Amino acid sequence: MKVKSLISITDFTKEEYLKIMRLAEDFEANPNQKLLQGKVIATLFFEPSTRTRLSFETAINRLGGKIIGFSDSSSSSVSKGETLHDTIRMVSNYADMIIMRHPMEGSARYASEVSSVPVINAGDGANQHPSQTLLDMYSIIKTQGTLDNVNLFLVGDLKYGRTVHSLLMAMLQFENPIFNFIAPPELAMPNEYKIHLASKGIRYFEHTEFTDIINAADIIYMTRVQKERFIDPVEYEKVKNIYILRNEMLKNTKENMRILHPLPRINEIHTDVDNNPKAYYFTQAKNGVYARMAIIAHLLNLK
Amino acid sequence: MEKHLKVSAIKDGTVIDHIPTKSLFKVIKILRLEECSQMVTFGNNLDSKAMGTKAIIKIANRFFADEEVNKIALVAPHAKLNTIRDYKVIEKRVVDTPKEIVGIINCFNPKCITNAENITTRFEVLSDKPIAMKCFYCEKITNENEMVFC
Repeated sequence: MKVKSLISITDFTKEEYLKIMRLAEDFEANPNQKLLQGKVIATLFFEPSTRTRLSFETAINRLGGKIIGFSDSSSSSVSKGETLHDTIRMVSNYADMIIMRHPMEGSARYASEVSSVPVINAGDGANQHPSQTLLDMYSIIKTQGTLDNVNLFLVGDLKYGRTVHSLLMAMLQFENPIFNFIAPPELAMPNEYKIHLASKGIRYFEHTEFTDIINAADIIYMTRVQKERFIDPVEYEKVKNIYILRNEMLKNTKENMRILHPLPRINEIHTDVDNNPKAYYFTQAKNGVYARMAIIAHLLNLK
Repeated sequence: MEKHLKVSAIKDGTVIDHIPTKSLFKVIKILRLEECSQMVTFGNNLDSKAMGTKAIIKIANRFFADEEVNKIALVAPHAKLNTIRDYKVIEKRVVDTPKEIVGIINCFNPKCITNAENITTRFEVLSDKPIAMKCFYCEKITNENEMVFC
């Protein structure tokens, strides 16, 4: 039987999303369930990522599993010229699951073809990072009580930001989402997503400013304008400070509204927002541990 | 006046007609005709009422399955195939764009893993006119003007 991996957010069905939400809630209520006792999980980070790696490793530790792996390809056989194919073949003989981040796009899909154990994609270049989307969804369901009828404001880099693209695709599975895209023309949501939304009859609105419309939001999902995506530094300078969320902008926003951010932030959320009860980004990061415990438990059929 | 063929007739085999002139050598490559041990003749920049100019390929004693020949739809969407037996056309076919393209073109995305390791490329064809294909690995969309053949 082919093992189940999580490479792209669209690999999961709506039922699987909802199961992950239920499991994450259960793990949050009872974080130390030793379901991975006797199991070895490989975390292969071909490029560094402190936040995602620590979140996954915390999830594994809480589940009682053992971790092997590396946090940087310079400390692995990759530096000797080993192919991804050979690394994955070897590690899948040692471990019960592989969690990997790799700079090349499509690397995780390829690894899942080569591996005999489940693979979780913890980021393949600018392509996919599905565990981030599941923790975003868990944060939405926790704060809104539902994934249906959510008015989502996606702000910042909507062109290159993989988190907003994946979240959009996942939320399409639920009833009546409304999308508000707030981005400068240079960083607007790509047409392929807009065409997809239109083909499904889903409402979306595009704006270049959000001060006047912010009060309609249920979720404000802020993103960082990623310097590394720009070839021309002048273009980056033009847009880097374009949207800065400040505390004073939040005074008439809805009671249930929460601010999410995949982190790290640079300056797009002013620090004066941090103590506002509507600021949710640090709790969102914490939710990541429970969402990742849920993903691991689901793929290994532990629950 | 006797009609004179620009590319001489074959007794048995396949004639691929209505190939865009710029695609002749791509078709040869896709069908791996450079490895074919049978007689292969071709003409390029021939007059065509429908296309202005066109290319034609005649391959003696070679017959193609649909899935084999459909691969050329990427570069010659209006190509017509005639199966020849004893100098007579016994079957005419057109090409259909396949749903999946395996191992003919490279992914245009330099950061795609298929450009770093020895992996056979795979694309899902999203649209055939104009061609748009989604890489099975990096999920980026390759358009007609970005196609690079393996």
